[in-house]
This record gives sequence, C-alpha cells and structure tokens, in this order.
Amino acid sequence: MIALIPLFPLLGFAINASMGRRLPKTVSGGLASLVMLASFAVSVAVVWQVANLAPAQRAIEQTLYTWIASGDFVLDLTLRVDPLASVMILVITGIGSLIHIYSTAYMHEESGPEYARYFSYLNLFAAFMLVLVLGANFLVLFIGWEGVGLCSYLLIGFWFEKRSAADAGKKAFVVNRIGDYAFILGTLLLFVRFGTLDFQRIASAVAPLGTEPTFGVLSVGTLLLFIGATGKSAQIPLYVWLPDAMEGPTPVSALIHAATMVTAGVYMIGRNAVLFSHAPETMAVVAVIGAATALMAGTIGLVQNDIKRVLAYSTVSQLGYMFLAMGVGAFGAGIFHLYTHAFFKACLFLGSGAVIHALHGEQDIRNMGGLKAGLPITYWTFLIGSLAIAGVPLLAGFFSKDEILFDTFARGHVILWTVGILTSLLTATYMFRLVFLTFHGDRRHDAPAPQHPEEEEPAAAPAHGHGHGNGHLHDAPPAMALALVVLALGSVLAGYIGVPHALGGSNALGAWLAPSFAARSATTLADRAVGEVGEPGAGGAGEAGGEGLELSLMVVSSIVALVGIGLAAFIWLRRREIADKAAASFPGLYRLLLNKYYVDEVYDATIVQPIRIVSQEGLWRGIDVNVIDGAVNGTASIVDGSASLLRRLQSGSVRTYAGSLLVGVVLILGYYLWR
Amino acid sequence: MIPLGHYLIVSAILFAIGTAGVFLRRNLITILLSIEIMLNAVNLSFVAFGRAQGNVDGQIITFFVMTVAAAEAAVGLAIVIGLFRHRESLNPDAFTSLKW
Repeated sequence: MIALIPLFPLLGFAINASMGRRLPKTVSGGLASLVMLASFAVSVAVVWQVANLAPAQRAIEQTLYTWIASGDFVLDLTLRVDPLASVMILVITGIGSLIHIYSTAYMHEESGPEYARYFSYLNLFAAFMLVLVLGANFLVLFIGWEGVGLCSYLLIGFWFEKRSAADAGKKAFVVNRIGDYAFILGTLLLFVRFGTLDFQRIASAVAPLGTEPTFGVLSVGTLLLFIGATGKSAQIPLYVWLPDAMEGPTPVSALIHAATMVTAGVYMIGRNAVLFSHAPETMAVVAVIGAATALMAGTIGLVQNDIKRVLAYSTVSQLGYMFLAMGVGAFGAGIFHLYTHAFFKACLFLGSGAVIHALHGEQDIRNMGGLKAGLPITYWTFLIGSLAIAGVPLLAGFFSKDEILFDTFARGHVILWTVGILTSLLTATYMFRLVFLTFHGDRRHDAPAPQHPEEEEPAAAPAHGHGHGNGHLHDAPPAMALALVVLALGSVLAGYIGVPHALGGSNALGAWLAPSFAARSATTLADRAVGEVGEPGAGGAGEAGGEGLELSLMVVSSIVALVGIGLAAFIWLRRREIADKAAASFPGLYRLLLNKYYVDEVYDATIVQPIRIVSQEGLWRGIDVNVIDGAVNGTASIVDGSASLLRRLQSGSVRTYAGSLLVGVVLILGYYLWR
Repeated sequence: MIPLGHYLIVSAILFAIGTAGVFLRRNLITILLSIEIMLNAVNLSFVAFGRAQGNVDGQIITFFVMTVAAAEAAVGLAIVIGLFRHRESLNPDAFTSLKW
C-alpha cells in the first residue's frame, strides 16, 4: 500500500517519458495530474490508517525487499509512514497535485513532446521526493535525496536552449553535490558508530546516551548531515543555487520551493531529531545558520526587482526560520512552518506565474503595476499568500512563525529571537513591496496601456489569441485559478491544526508529530534525553506560565508584521521617492544588497576561478598534456626510436641473413663445445 | 677399416667448401649447388656415424635428406628462374628490395 504512493508518480513518469511524445497534450498532462491525485488519495488512506493507531505505535512499515545483505549487515528497502512522514506525504502529493494541474495550463504553449517531457520530470520529481520522506533508513532517503537533485537539474534547465537556464541547472546540481558529499560522509560516520542505517534504530541507540558536551562522533556526524541539508534546503553557505533556480518554469519553482526539494533538509533534521538533540554543538550551529540565513535573505529580498527572485529569497529566508526552529529544538514548530509555508509559498509562486503568464514573460516588477483590476483572482490569492507569509494574525503563517519565535525566546535564545523578529519585519515589508509594485499604482509594463487605466476591460475580456501588446490582460485560466484558490484557502486555514494552547487551541499538529521526534523503543529515556536540550516537538506551549509570555510575543510579532506592511504601503504606495532617495543616500549598501552581498562573486573568485585555473593550468596543461600525454607519446617514441635502429638488421640481402645464421650456429655450437 | 675420424674430416672439408661457396659465389645456381654440397657433407657424416655404430639409422636419415634436397632443388631452381625473369640477373645482391 505504501509503495503505491511513490509508484503512481513513477508510473506517470514512465508513461510520459516513453511514449509522451506521441500522446496529445491533454492526455500527457492529465495523466500526470491524475497519478498525483491517485498518490494523494493513497496517502490520505495510509495516513488515516496511521491515525487510527495508538499514538505511541503510530507507524506502519512496508519492506519491499532486502536490498543489501552482506554478513551481519542487512539493509532492506523499507518504507515507513509515521506522523512526520504522513505530514510530508500529504504536503507533497496534495500541493504537488495542484501544481501539476496548474502546469497543464501554464505550459500550454510548449510543443507536445516538450510538454510530455516537462510532466515526466515533474512526476519523477514527486516520486523521488516521496521516496525521500518515506525511506526508513538513510540509504533509501539518499535515493530520493539524489533523485530530487537530479530532477531539479532537469527542471531548472528545462529551457536548456537558453544559456542562463542551462547554467542555473548546472549550478543547482553542483552546489547540491557539495552538500550531498558531506551527507554521505555523515551517513558513513553514523553507520560506523551505530552499525545500522535505520532511523529508528539509530534513535534508539542514541537515546540512552547523554548529550555530547564536546565535538565527538555525534556532533561531527550531525554537522556533516547538516551541511547536506544546507545544500538541499538552501542555507548559508550553499543557498546560492536557489535564486538562480528561477530560470526554470514557474510551477517548477513552486514545486521546488513549496512541496519538494528544499523541505528535504528540514525534514531530514526532523527525522533525526533524537540524534541532533544529542549534539548541542550542532544544534547551536543549525540555529545560528538558520537565523543568519533568514536575515540575510530577507535583506536581499528587499531590493530585488525580479518577481520570482524576491520570492526565491523569501523562501531562503523562511527556510532559515525552519532551521532556526530545528536548531533550538522546536522540531514540531519547524515542521509546522514547513507545512504552512508549502501552502502560501506555492500560492505566491503560482500567483507570480499567473502574472508572468498574463504579461507574456515579463518578470521585472518595475515594469508591472496596476494589475489588480486586470487579474482579480491572481491579485486576491497573491494578497492572501502575502498576508500569510507576513505573519498577519489568524492566517497560516502567523501560527507557525509565532510558534518558532516563541520557542526560540522561551528557550533563552534572545538574540536569535531578535533576529527572527527583524526578519519578520523584513518579510512583511518586501512581500508587500512586491504586492504594491506588481498590482497597485499605474501600469508600467511595455504593453501599450490604455489612455484611461480605470476604463480598462476587466478579466472577462474574451480570448485574446496571444496578441502581444494589445493591452488586454487575461486572468488565470480555470486550471490555474483552481490551484490558486485552493492554495489561498490553504494559506488561510492550514494554520488551524496547530493553534497553540495560549490561544485556546490544542496544537494538534505538535502532538501528532511528537512521537516522531522521540526514540520508539526507549521512549522514556528519549524523553529525558530530549528534555535536556528542550521540549520534544510538542513545543513549549505546555509550560505553565508560558502562555502569558506567548501571548505577549504574539502581540509583538503581529505588530511587527503590520508595521512592515504599513511601511511598505507608505513607501511604495504613497511616496515612491523615499525608496529611491534611500537607495541614493546609501549607494554602497544598496549596491551590496542588489548584488546579493556579492556572494556569487566571492564564490566565483575564491572557489570557481581557483578550481578553473588549477584545472586548466595544472591538471590540463600540466598533468594531462605533460604527464599523461607525455607518457603515451614517450612510449610511442621509444618504440619508434628502437625500431629505427633494429630495422637496419633487415637489409634484404640473403647473404647477410645467411651470414648471421652461420655466426649464430657457430656461436651456439661453440658454447656447447667449450662450456 | 677406415676410422670414423677420417670420414668426419672429409665431411667437414666438404661442408666448409659448400659454406664458402654459398658466401663467396655470386651466382644463384652456384649457390644452390654449394648448398647441395653442404647437404651431402652432412649425409656423409650421418652414414659414417651409422656404420661406426653398426645400425642403419644414418642411412635412413640420409634418404630423407636426399628427398628433401631433391624437392629443394626443384623449388629453388624454379625460384631462380622466376627471379631471373624478373631482374635479368642471377646475382643475389641484386635482390635486396624485400626489406622494411
């Protein structure tokens, strides 16, 4: 049963990859969406099955076959659904299905074979991501881990005829490989230490141990795993691929950012919560990196002009929040944010895709504006998504972000909390800068605007026949609108399964996830051990006296979110010149942010160029040309030289041959006679 | 009875004459004849050894050598005729193009 979840998308991939070019577009797109929906249905059924078990036993397994059996080491290809995995599979298949449906409309201009190729990649992506979250041991997880890396490469470079897209795909793959390398090392280290790769067994083996005070096997192993997570989940220092990943089709960005891929790192840490809890050094690193990434990406997002790039940096920033939560031990809060983020980020990306679609590929927000009237569905869904990500009360992002900030504060990380609050201000500001510049104000895009924008025809305009520059906007077609509306609803409602106790809720999600963050066979021990670092996943909401604190923190963060929105409204709705003036008065800072802290340039100078120079001058011109080619050519010239000496023996003169024969006979006979 | 050593001395002298002929003469037919002399020198020593040991092995192998020598003469002369037609010469030093 569980195996069906990844098998359905895999089947879709197989069909679309093998005979997609002969299928009509409606069939290949419909099939791809259908298998995702089927996978979603199976996921729901499986999760229902899991939910009917007693909380402590909530896990069902399916062992497909023994993959590796070598001596005492036996590794099964096992899939396991526990509370954590069930949240993930629902997010992946649910939001994945919506993105597939959206894509059927978004990609309709592609030719048949390209269309099928796109959907085959998309299905493969979902299949690998499902393997990643369902795998019961590190190696099965690693299959998915590498698979999503491959698919991100394929999808980011989908329009590979464009140089920048091909480069972006390559960059994503190479940067991910760096993280993967560390991940393999971490896995091997844990295997050497514990003799198993199964998550539950490792957790049970770790649980009785005390936390590791200094850098030891656990700290180094988890740090290596975390480096792998920074690659997949776009954290400092390996986040550079994600903004470039915007070269792919927009639904792909939504899939990568919301449902798959970037959540892998967060999920992996949540999956190994017990392990990470025993390495406080690593946890501190995770929290600090998370907070730093959140802040840094937020500041960059403030000045970017490409609509998708702003969203990309906001993803990096929100992932930073998730890692912050993981780092302070609030695993439940981190996964909660992952889950709500999936809704509003998918909504925002698909919304931006609708905008780009309507404007025929325009992505620069400086050339947008005034789209509110023309694209009402897109506008309202985008607005809801923005409100949710900004953390406006009663929307999804509010609950999850608040839980993270509260847990951070309650566990005494006041500096990290301050960074988080600051980031939340930035988030609200740059998101609403995006909203205001895109949808409000005057139209600035190059399609000749009508003389009187207020008389512009609304979305109900008839089919425009792809005429460029006719000034008419077409709002999202039905398939796209459906996905947008569902995701917007999700952005509003998703948070209500994790309403904290302080607001009279029961934090159902936290309670649901809690068993996943404790070792199964030694629950009591694990609780004690986890308790040394912090509360297990359920969060600190249960603490007596914490509720007042939580409420006051909620008020603070709500005010911050509203201030951020107000600030954005003031600057970009009323006084555009303030932004320009600020940019002009701090030109250095502005350029620094606009150029993303020159991180790409620094990496280029410190890593890419040295590697290129060493490869070109050292490895190629030095070792390859001189040593390897030299050895080959040297062998040839030795043979050539000795042969040109030896060939003089072959004179062609019969007499000489007979003479040498005679001399030989005499010598041999002489030897035997006089020896 | 003539001692074995005398036969062998005659055989060695014949072999030396034949060898000298092969190396010193410049006519292919003469060289073939010289080879025949070398073969017969060896035949002589075989027969002498056979007689000295009182068996017929030496005579038997001599017949083999004679057979082969006859075949060799036939093939060799045929080649010589072929070469002569080719180059209008019987000097072995004229046939050195088969090299490298």
